[in-house]
Amino acid sequence: MIYDYLVIRFGEITLKGKNKKDFVLKLENDVRAKLSRFTKLDVKRHFDDLEIHLNGEDAEPVIHVLTRIFGIQNISTAIKVENNLDAIRAGVLRVMGAEKDVHTFKIAARRKNKQFPVHGSELNQELGACVLKNCEGVSVDVHHPDLTVRVEVGYHETRIYGHEYDGAGGLPVGSSGKVLLLLSGGIDSPVAGYLLAKRGATVDAIHFQSPPYTSDRARQKVIDLAGKIESFGGTVRIHIVPFTKAQLAIRDQIPEDYRVTIMRRLMFRIAEKEAQRTGALALATGESLGQVASQTMESMNTINQVTNLPILRPLITMDKIEIARLAKKIDTYDISIRPYEDCCTIFLPKAPRTRPDRIHAARFERALDIDALVDEAVRGIVVQTAADENQKDTFNQLL
Amino acid sequence: MIYLDNSATTKPYTEAIETYQKVSEDFFANPSSIHSLGGRSESLLAKSREQAASLLGVDPDEIVFTSGGTEGNNLAVKGAALAYRGRGRHLITTTVEHASSLNAFHQLEELGFEVTYLPVDRDCRISFDDFKKAYRKDTILVSVMHVNNEVGTVQPIREIAEFLKTKPTTVFHVDHVQGFSKVPLELKDSGIDLCTISGHKFHGPKGTGILYVRKGTSLSPLLSGGGQEGGLRSGTENLPGICGMVKALRITKEHEKDGIGHLLALQQQLRKGLSRIDDAVIHTPEDGAAPSIMNVSLKGIRSEVLVHALEENQIYVSTKSACSSKDSGASGVLLAMGVDEQEARQAIRISTAFENTEEDIAAFLSVLADKVRQLKPVMR
Repeated sequence: MIYDYLVIRFGEITLKGKNKKDFVLKLENDVRAKLSRFTKLDVKRHFDDLEIHLNGEDAEPVIHVLTRIFGIQNISTAIKVENNLDAIRAGVLRVMGAEKDVHTFKIAARRKNKQFPVHGSELNQELGACVLKNCEGVSVDVHHPDLTVRVEVGYHETRIYGHEYDGAGGLPVGSSGKVLLLLSGGIDSPVAGYLLAKRGATVDAIHFQSPPYTSDRARQKVIDLAGKIESFGGTVRIHIVPFTKAQLAIRDQIPEDYRVTIMRRLMFRIAEKEAQRTGALALATGESLGQVASQTMESMNTINQVTNLPILRPLITMDKIEIARLAKKIDTYDISIRPYEDCCTIFLPKAPRTRPDRIHAARFERALDIDALVDEAVRGIVVQTAADENQKDTFNQLL
Repeated sequence: MIYLDNSATTKPYTEAIETYQKVSEDFFANPSSIHSLGGRSESLLAKSREQAASLLGVDPDEIVFTSGGTEGNNLAVKGAALAYRGRGRHLITTTVEHASSLNAFHQLEELGFEVTYLPVDRDCRISFDDFKKAYRKDTILVSVMHVNNEVGTVQPIREIAEFLKTKPTTVFHVDHVQGFSKVPLELKDSGIDLCTISGHKFHGPKGTGILYVRKGTSLSPLLSGGGQEGGLRSGTENLPGICGMVKALRITKEHEKDGIGHLLALQQQLRKGLSRIDDAVIHTPEDGAAPSIMNVSLKGIRSEVLVHALEENQIYVSTKSACSSKDSGASGVLLAMGVDEQEARQAIRISTAFENTEEDIAAFLSVLADKVRQLKPVMR
């Protein structure tokens, strides 16, 4: 094992003034939890970074896990050497030897410890010369090097950094309050959930199902999607709403072109109640402006009327292609395209109204007993987690 | 009983059999059925794939479950040749491949493909230079076994893979059936596009295997049908077998680190012991061979006779590879290495697994010495 440890640098949380400590503690907990299966590691918290001592553990799988944790700006492999020039030279050569495919390099030395006799710029020259002398086929490139070897002379020891990996950015999970995400099973809503988790939100999901018109596989799909969001953030609880009765009432009582509008209004009412019951402070959707009939400005205006909660729409300005690209990046795309009908695709009218208005919507709704439908649906909600512990245990024993 | 024929097949782990039975009973529904019972089977299948992928360090959609080594080799060789026949018609393999691969190439020759069979040296190893010389612009497939099934020689897979990394129009298949858990082989970003492994060679159930198909590699399926396994291998999934194999994969991976060292120690013990027996000629090279295989000729004793003699003492070894030992000719692999025909007819293969002990080997060596003493005068 060439590297002794990894250094994790924080992103925006370093800007947070007095709250910084809370954020760092949250991140530290998250890092510890996600790395718990690597039993040899030690995690140490410093003012500006987290240090992970590998103690012989392979760096690569650890880095893979870390790149999916929000609140991390970047991760570097590193070694520590004694504060003397010979040891630093040897260390730099060790790092150069450890990195693959390096043709050009640059040394970026810094002296935190001003007692150290060699100045930063001298150190750069000294170490650069040493590399050129000892490593074949490499040259210096100060603008776009394959590898920047950073050297930090501290008070007791010197850190030498190897490759730097980009972190996931964002804020530590759970640092921004709870949001209830309308999760359909399509391509967009899981991406919205991912982006909210990225900004530190605790994401709960609400899913509407209409058995027997929707299949159990559609439910499984949503659970799998929630699992993917969970792999980036904290636990995602899924609130499953029995929606058959409401949908049948809409089909029977509402003019065809307004059915989608009214359905969305009912969903928001139910979601609002569930949010209040479970401490979520906002609702969220995967809507993108103008993508479909229910996502025009007029539709959103008409649908928003039924709730006071903020409705977060992280994808509102994104194109379908951009959303799909993100979905592929976070591994939800292949789950989303599984071909099971969800409640949004059954009873779909041929020509939904693209410019509904509040007055008509309210008038048509008089045909329904809205309160009763909402109450019954909310009472029937079942909450479960993405990781079905029973099933997980069974599978783990079998495999 | 001392079982030293682990390259033919291994005794399944009890845990793998338990999994096989439980899944047969509790997850009998077809993963493609849309009801919730089918859903449970589908979830288990997905989880198996995920676990197999993570144990092999690849992505779940790069795992194709097969019925074993023969199918894996056939699907890889014929599937790739047919899928890329528009690019060229030249294929490269070696003279010492397993029958399932060699015969697939013979079939392709009948279809009009041109095949270069690389020769091997006395150690059963191909030369990388020969390979480079054989390589042409219209070479669409290279297929080389990692570990030879009869003598254990490790082929220069890494060099070939590095070379082919810069040749995007050539698919590289590795038959890793004997190498898996004996000689580590990195798959991710390695330059290897296809890799075959077989479940029953690492204590999984028979009729199971995995073909690794790197993302972006096309294959023409051998079995057409309902489109299971990403369309590459139709047919209702053998879920009990798959789960049993994945269980065995997990246990094997847990033991691999210490296990390989253990095998190496047993091999050294074998080599030392065999060298003390007069007229024993070892064919397995000292350097660059898997720790699990030892091929040796006992001069003057036909291999079948020795196998049966050892079996009187409940010791089980084999003559060349189990899959080709039915025709009574000498081993093609040994002949290709330049071993003379008579000596080739006297070769036995001793193949170990993690569970074999020092005592097993000591007992084997002492019985072998006795048998050689007894048989020699008779045979001459």
